[in-house]
Amino acid sequence: MAKIILSLEGSVIREIPLDKDRVTIGRKPQNDIQIENLAVSGEHACIVTILADSFLEDLGSTNGTLVNGNQVKKHILQNNDVIEIGKYKMKYVIDATAAASAPAEDFEKTMVMRSPKAAAAAPKPAVAPAPPAAAAPAPKPAAPALVPSPPKPAAAPAPTPPAPPKSTAAPVPTAPAPPKPAAAPAPAAAAPAKPATPSEPQPLAALQMLTGGNAGKEIELTKNLTTLGKPGVQVAVITRRPQGYFITHVEGTTFPVVNGKALDSQARALNDHDVIELAGVKMEFFLKK
Amino acid sequence: MINMSSFLEVATATHQGMVRSHNEDSIAADAEAGLAVLADGMGGYNAGEVASGIAAELIRVEMKKSLDGKSPRELNAQYAEQLITQHAKQANEAIYHASQSQPQYSGMGTTLVVAFWHDNQMSVGHVGDSRLYRLRGGTLEQITRDHSLLQEQIDSGMITKEQARHSQNKNLVTRAVGIDPEVETEVHTYPVQLGDIYLLCSDGLNDMVIDEDIQLTLASLQANLPLAAQQLVQQACDNGGRDNVSVILIRVAKDFSVRTGMLDRLKTWFR
Repeated sequence: MAKIILSLEGSVIREIPLDKDRVTIGRKPQNDIQIENLAVSGEHACIVTILADSFLEDLGSTNGTLVNGNQVKKHILQNNDVIEIGKYKMKYVIDATAAASAPAEDFEKTMVMRSPKAAAAAPKPAVAPAPPAAAAPAPKPAAPALVPSPPKPAAAPAPTPPAPPKSTAAPVPTAPAPPKPAAAPAPAAAAPAKPATPSEPQPLAALQMLTGGNAGKEIELTKNLTTLGKPGVQVAVITRRPQGYFITHVEGTTFPVVNGKALDSQARALNDHDVIELAGVKMEFFLKK
Repeated sequence: MINMSSFLEVATATHQGMVRSHNEDSIAADAEAGLAVLADGMGGYNAGEVASGIAAELIRVEMKKSLDGKSPRELNAQYAEQLITQHAKQANEAIYHASQSQPQYSGMGTTLVVAFWHDNQMSVGHVGDSRLYRLRGGTLEQITRDHSLLQEQIDSGMITKEQARHSQNKNLVTRAVGIDPEVETEVHTYPVQLGDIYLLCSDGLNDMVIDEDIQLTLASLQANLPLAAQQLVQQACDNGGRDNVSVILIRVAKDFSVRTGMLDRLKTWFR
């Protein structure tokens, strides 16, 4: 379970566990996190938690809500995000003990979420109970299993703009909370969000044309994949990977030559100042800086 | 049955990734039948691969049986969709039965995406979050829409596609094959164009490699389909490979409408 650490000017005031589906923040006393300060609106913001995700939403406050220094309307909280409301800071922390107790194998394993009715009928190990929250914010009344299939699902699923009205955002449990099976997804909360980018970016590399019409011209290898040559005649690709740059033959009867040696169908690592011959043109591979 | 292998070019790749100890994905591609099946299993021990294996293999074999002896003219979109639904149902029953009768398979299930090409059309059926994409004219488009919590949150306007990338709830599907006595398969048919490239993949690809990079890879390496498949899997692994990753690529190499197909045949007979 995640929690919020409320602090003012560096000193911690209190910790608030996000144990409810909806935790409200504001100046009025009915808020879960009440902050008596005139810079804080009566109903300032709320945090909606659905399984492992917590969403921060500004409720149209006068002075706004910042996350890590940026004004937000709606934001999926990431571990260690700092929410700022007036002079108050709230740090969002995913509980580390939950991470330690979860077997690594269970991280991110696909599980089926079922409508409460089905889940109650036959609870199974690989099945997570459908949280009532999942169905509540959707404008359609149907449970997850009843998603209508639109005629053309191919079109980019445009997010329908109207935000769920606040009343429905507070999830109303439609069934008694289903028992939590061992494989409930909660522990996954501790798995760090993995950005789909290599951990260490490669140093920038480039090709300098040595012969041919473009002799002297430089091509920077800014993409993960750069193809070279003439389609239908001879094409090779240079890939940028965490381990470095590699050249691979793509099409054509002749294979590219690196430092006088022809490639086979395997990828070959490129080193600084390697000379590549492709479709009758010589070029030099070099690392920038 | 028409032999589709001269119209379709197929390449596949599958990898356990960098974190998982085994591969629970199963793939089956049959260029002759014009069929591709991909399943991403779930369940303890090796139950996940049992479930996905049953789905992929059963659907491949049963589809072929159903198509055998069918004349191309009988094969309209409606019939193709019916076949997909029927065999997905069969796979569902087989997996459900195994999980009910053998304790070690209890609760196993699988996602499914099946694509079948016929008469210049493609019928695709899916359950869960395995996807089918299409590259046409250099642009990648996602054809199937996931049956997942995340997709529902996107549809309801709760989060944007961009925010979805950072969600912790990526692993929750709202439908799966084999977990209930009944399964609801979503099936649609689309017209096919010469040069289209279709990609079937498990979420191990699209969770690790952004759509822009998938598009770049397919567009730049389309001349070499096996290399493109291998490259996609490699990128998923390079980006962390947190899940099994499987891809099936199909390129439409020739027009295969029944009309011209039959005419061509007649011509070759009389030649």
